[in-house]
Amino acid sequence: MGHLFKEKKKRSGGSRLSCIAMIGPVVVWMLLFLLVPLLYVICISFLSKNSYGGAGLPVTLQGYLGMLQSEYGRIFLQSLWLSGKTTLICLLFGYPFAWIIAHAPKKWKPFLLLLLMLPFWINSMIRIYGWITLLRSQGVVNQMLMAAGLIQKPLDILYTDGAVLFGMVYDLLPFTVLPIYTSIEKLDHSLVEAAQDLGAGKWHVFTRVILPQTMPGIFAGSIQTFIPSLGLFYISDMMGGAKTMYIGNLIKNQFLSARNWPLGAALSIVLILITLMLMRLYTKVGSLDDMV
Amino acid sequence: MEEGRKKTIVKLIQVEKSFGQTDVVKKLSLEVGAGEFLTLLGPSGCGKTTTLRMIAGFEQANGGRIELEGVDVANLPPNARNVNTVFQNYALFPHMNVADNVAFGLVEKKVKKPEIKKRVSEMLRLVQLEGMEKRMPSELSGGQKQRVAIARALVNEPKVLLLDEPLGALDLKLRRQMQIELKHLQRRLGITFIYVTHDQEEALTMSDRIAVMNGGMLEQVGTPEEIYNHPRTRFVADFIGESNIMEGVVKETKQGDWQLYMDCGSVLLSQEEGCRPGELHYVCIRPEKLKVSAAPVEGFSIPVQVVEHVFIGSQIRTIVKTTDGKKYKISSPPDGTLLPAESQGFLYWKSGNAVLLPDDEQDGAPLEKGEDAFAIEGGEAGGSLV
Ligand SMILES: Nc1ncnc2c1ncn2[C@@H]1O[C@H](COP(=O)(O)OP(=O)(O)OP(=O)(O)O)[C@@H](O)[C@H]1O
Ligand SMILES: [Mg+2]
Repeated sequence: MGHLFKEKKKRSGGSRLSCIAMIGPVVVWMLLFLLVPLLYVICISFLSKNSYGGAGLPVTLQGYLGMLQSEYGRIFLQSLWLSGKTTLICLLFGYPFAWIIAHAPKKWKPFLLLLLMLPFWINSMIRIYGWITLLRSQGVVNQMLMAAGLIQKPLDILYTDGAVLFGMVYDLLPFTVLPIYTSIEKLDHSLVEAAQDLGAGKWHVFTRVILPQTMPGIFAGSIQTFIPSLGLFYISDMMGGAKTMYIGNLIKNQFLSARNWPLGAALSIVLILITLMLMRLYTKVGSLDDMV
Repeated sequence: MEEGRKKTIVKLIQVEKSFGQTDVVKKLSLEVGAGEFLTLLGPSGCGKTTTLRMIAGFEQANGGRIELEGVDVANLPPNARNVNTVFQNYALFPHMNVADNVAFGLVEKKVKKPEIKKRVSEMLRLVQLEGMEKRMPSELSGGQKQRVAIARALVNEPKVLLLDEPLGALDLKLRRQMQIELKHLQRRLGITFIYVTHDQEEALTMSDRIAVMNGGMLEQVGTPEEIYNHPRTRFVADFIGESNIMEGVVKETKQGDWQLYMDCGSVLLSQEEGCRPGELHYVCIRPEKLKVSAAPVEGFSIPVQVVEHVFIGSQIRTIVKTTDGKKYKISSPPDGTLLPAESQGFLYWKSGNAVLLPDDEQDGAPLEKGEDAFAIEGGEAGGSLV
């Protein structure tokens, strides 16, 4: 007995070693590139702005108190509103999109998924530049419309709130589509048949069975769209002409132009906290999905 | 329609179905009467599920007609057919609790809320699931899921209930119990059941009639008694219950009688009806009808050696070997006298206890002419009895 026990212990010791060997590098990587910068930002958020545009002693709550200015609150709300609109539009377009891919003939699926992922291979900022050349007043779209005689003067497409919204939706749509696609793929077709069998027409099959069954995908897609949309500063900069301020731009400005590092850091921390809360919700829904 | 025959509710006429190049259901004709319990029985892949799915409307037949209550349903989608299905994998809605699952069909029919509540709880009482209304499907055992699936279908009071191996996933004991419950329910509610199973014992005990399928065609349709005692084809004899099958050629003797010559001996046929001289025939005898004696019996000359006796509870199973090396099974009650193992004996059976079948491979499909399949009660028995 005792012998057996020892044997077992030894083996589990060995597995612990190999366990450390496996996750060790990951831990080091996370420490270096995630935890250290994060701690750095947290530190800065509690320092005070010094006259050279950096951060220094003494320790204060200046950064956080500065956020209470009504203007910043409005910017936060504005950002949440923009992200909400982006997510909603992404869902409205993303669901049918995911549905079409999931129900395409088997041969086509990998190709359609590749098309969806293709933009990921090109830097998002470069793609936004692409849109700018297309949409600006001397851009391809306006020139074509004028040449066709449909309009006399170039339209103001770029540098509007609409353009920002468009850019966000364009950039984030794949993040919405993928989880929804997965949940539609996972849908048990016999449930659809059961609903039909019990007298449900097409619309009721969708609302009473398909929609609830793909809800985890919709949730995941929403959060995967909403979270990155909060921090996307360059789209509002580039396509909105930095006319409307969002959290992303606000933080960037504190570091690069306004030179108020503690405020920028404090804003970042709050943004990270919001994100973490959403992530928590996401994992909760995820585990719910596993239960079903 | 004949007198006394039940009203036909489901009628398949020369129905065909193929997936791509493969014909899965071939010219299948079948009539099911109102309130009848009909079982589709056959080996895996013979097209049972496909047949049910065509009746439910999930598959479109490539040929023939399907009528429900005399109406051609070719263009009716599943939700417009007065038929409900109990799926093989239950297909309960995972996001709804038991009560909502059962209420699904009633909500679709726009039944009033209090009425729904009443009928759902009545139905749950019927399948002995009271108090489980609020459970989610993931919190149910296999047998309970099964009963929810049955309740969900039955609560709509369909004219016809299609059940695809509904008890397939249950252990033997629960299965026996559910068989009895289901049969009771069916009697009480008077709903037509079309039931698919692999389990022949289940088919024999529960059904009013059994339709034996093989390779997309019907081999035989009849009461369990007919199917068991008068199999019409070698396939049916082999598939349902245990059979000893011997093959031989029928010839006329000098006395003008018919004699079946086999490799292991010969038998004088008591009835020559249905035999074709010079052709291959099969004799099928159930183990409990086959006997062995120490002395030769008149008309039989099949010498055997007793190989062994095995006690299997209610019966003794005897294995005998003929001169051509083939083994046959005999079941006898444990209180009878037995020839000792290794001793020599002679096989015989009582006149009328064996079935003589012509070689069906030559015949082609025995029921292709179709009409036989329409008989609801009785109908002509299987091969001739010898
Ligand atoms: N959608 C389909 N596409 C192609 N072939 C199919 C399809 N559905 C069934 N088949 C084929 O049709 C044949 C009959 O299938 P079916 O499911 O009706 O058999 P079954 O009698 O119900 O068998 P089991 O007892 O194993 O459930 C099988 O050979 C199967 O491979
Ligand atoms: Mg099947």
